[in-house]
Amino acid sequence: MVITSVSSNPQPTLVARELSVFYGEKQAVFDVDLDIMPREVTAFIGPSGCGKSTLLRCFNRMNDLIEICRTTGSMLLDGHDIAGPDVDVVQLRSRIGMVFQKPNPFPKSVYDNVAYGPRLHGLAPSRSDLDELVETSLRRAGIWDEVKDRVDQPGTSLSGGQQQRLCIARAIAVRPDVLLMDEPCSALDPIATATIEELIDELRSEYTIIIVTHNMQQAARVSQKTAFLNLGRLIEFDETTKIFTNPSEQSTQDYITGRFG
Amino acid sequence: MLTYLPLLIIVLFGVGAFYASRARIGAAPEQPLPGLPGHYGWYGTLWTVVPATLVYAAWAVIDGQIIRNIVLSDHPGLSGAEATLLFVSIENAAAGVMTEDVPMASVELLLKLENLSTTARFAVVTAVSVLGFFWAWQRIRPELTARDRVETALLVALFIASIIAILTTVGIVLSLVVETFRFFQLVSPFEFFFGLEWSPQIALREDQVAASGAFGAVPVFAGTLLITVIAMLVAGPIGLMSAIYLAEYAHPRVRAVIKPLLEILAGIPTVVYGFFAALVLAPSMRNLGVDLGLTISSESALAAGLIMGIMIIPFVSSLSDDIMTSVPMSLREGSYGLGATASETIKRVVLPAATPGIVGGFMLAISRAIGETMIVVMAAGLAANLTANPFEAVTTVTVQIATLLVGDHEFDSEKTMAAFALGLTLFFVTLALNVVALRVVQKYSERYD
Repeated sequence: MVITSVSSNPQPTLVARELSVFYGEKQAVFDVDLDIMPREVTAFIGPSGCGKSTLLRCFNRMNDLIEICRTTGSMLLDGHDIAGPDVDVVQLRSRIGMVFQKPNPFPKSVYDNVAYGPRLHGLAPSRSDLDELVETSLRRAGIWDEVKDRVDQPGTSLSGGQQQRLCIARAIAVRPDVLLMDEPCSALDPIATATIEELIDELRSEYTIIIVTHNMQQAARVSQKTAFLNLGRLIEFDETTKIFTNPSEQSTQDYITGRFG
Repeated sequence: MLTYLPLLIIVLFGVGAFYASRARIGAAPEQPLPGLPGHYGWYGTLWTVVPATLVYAAWAVIDGQIIRNIVLSDHPGLSGAEATLLFVSIENAAAGVMTEDVPMASVELLLKLENLSTTARFAVVTAVSVLGFFWAWQRIRPELTARDRVETALLVALFIASIIAILTTVGIVLSLVVETFRFFQLVSPFEFFFGLEWSPQIALREDQVAASGAFGAVPVFAGTLLITVIAMLVAGPIGLMSAIYLAEYAHPRVRAVIKPLLEILAGIPTVVYGFFAALVLAPSMRNLGVDLGLTISSESALAAGLIMGIMIIPFVSSLSDDIMTSVPMSLREGSYGLGATASETIKRVVLPAATPGIVGGFMLAISRAIGETMIVVMAAGLAANLTANPFEAVTTVTVQIATLLVGDHEFDSEKTMAAFALGLTLFFVTLALNVVALRVVQKYSERYD
């Protein structure tokens, strides 16, 4: 395999082996094997209902919240099991942050939104530490200049794109290694989308990012690796340039040229 | 029969007017109309029905008074009460109930006038309906903006519906104010609001013990406050915790059983709670008190407050549960995604977001507790003790209003009018509570939406 991105650590951050997900009797994800490399953006693409969001939500065990949902197979984060019943989900989720499809800031101030995670995990012992952490996170999410004068105003009063960057700041405030993004731009206008995409590209230097997207141009723009899923199966997983120029599978070719989906 | 015939005619004419008006515009040349044919139909119906109905209603209000004046004009020189008495007996005689000493001429006059009125009303209402229809008929042309007019009529109807409740409230307050004003001419407001003794007796004899009543309302309001506080201490935590369990933890199947069961609590008649408090809870509490060396009277604020608290649990739990369930799942996911546990998510995200609704539920429960009468009558007693000791008997505003108005009293005695003063004060207290609650809800809504 040709590795185009510069990577000092050849070990994958996240590994999935024979991962299957069931909703009751219905199987949504079939035997997925996947290695997510560090400091890269990996995009999951595929038609609606292909299981890409379900697969994404396996990695931080968000599927646990759904009563009828059951997962089999194994998942490793830096070599440690994260699929078993004994895994500390609180710990796991502080290492794997998540940004959702619709911006979901809490009905609290901008400051309290970002401080939410650090307070939960006791990351900032003093008020000044917390102030600093909030500012750093907002800066890193590229929204500090827009909100620095109104951090005590409700997060919900920001525009959609600002809300989504606030949610990114909130996620990185707990200093995760991995960021999961579930169609983070689908509720945003093109300008806000472009801002978020630039941000994702910057965040790549510090975080391992997995992004689910409906938008193939977006996958091509922001990701280094792309996984194409269809009907719950991982059809093809390779360098993004290869997927979009010379895919190995006919159905990948059909999807990216817009023949279905 | 003739009494209701005009209404039947109005309905039939209205239906007819709809089809006739619709057909009239349908016959007009094809062009875009400012309204669907149905709008023209409703336009005709409204003109046919509304004025005629108003005339019918106005007639019903006015004709009794006119007939009464004509009949009584044969009997000049009577006082107001005497005239009323005479007219009632004339009416009874006319209805076939035999009464002594009724001037038969007046009875016949009454019957004649009533017949005349009914017939005239029938004619007038029918005429107004027909006139209304023709007024609409000759105005129905393609230029008529029927859609706008029908929409406006609907708007007016909705507006009237909304002010009926307000007008009723105003009427209630005015009647209370008048009676209260009369009460304050007999008993000074200072004594009423600051007096520490409540003993609304009216002497039957001059030399009776405790001949002069005392109308200091402080003990009564203190009793209401004490019982309400006890009830909220029970219902607040239990209701909120059961709401949290139902909304956040309970399996859907468990929830489907528990929630309706809790709501049944709200459907039990309060008098039944009263039995339970008076016959089971209060005696066992008194016995428990004996064992513990406490003096608990057999009618106590505690017994009434506890039972009332149980009664209002569903008001707190059901509303809070609805509000918490309506907090979007995306907020919970956001919190869980940051590594929060279920209880952290509830405490930091769900409860703050649901605060306005929860405050609303609490306020509803409080006004319910303040207004509750039956449980207190049975479990807390009638003794107006000024005490903060929940083991003693107390009484509440509503209980006193009920007891003051039960039995035969003149409606102008201090005792009866004291009930109106209590009622008015209670009205303003609950009004103030509601205003405060609304302010709280608004404040949080501004912050959290």
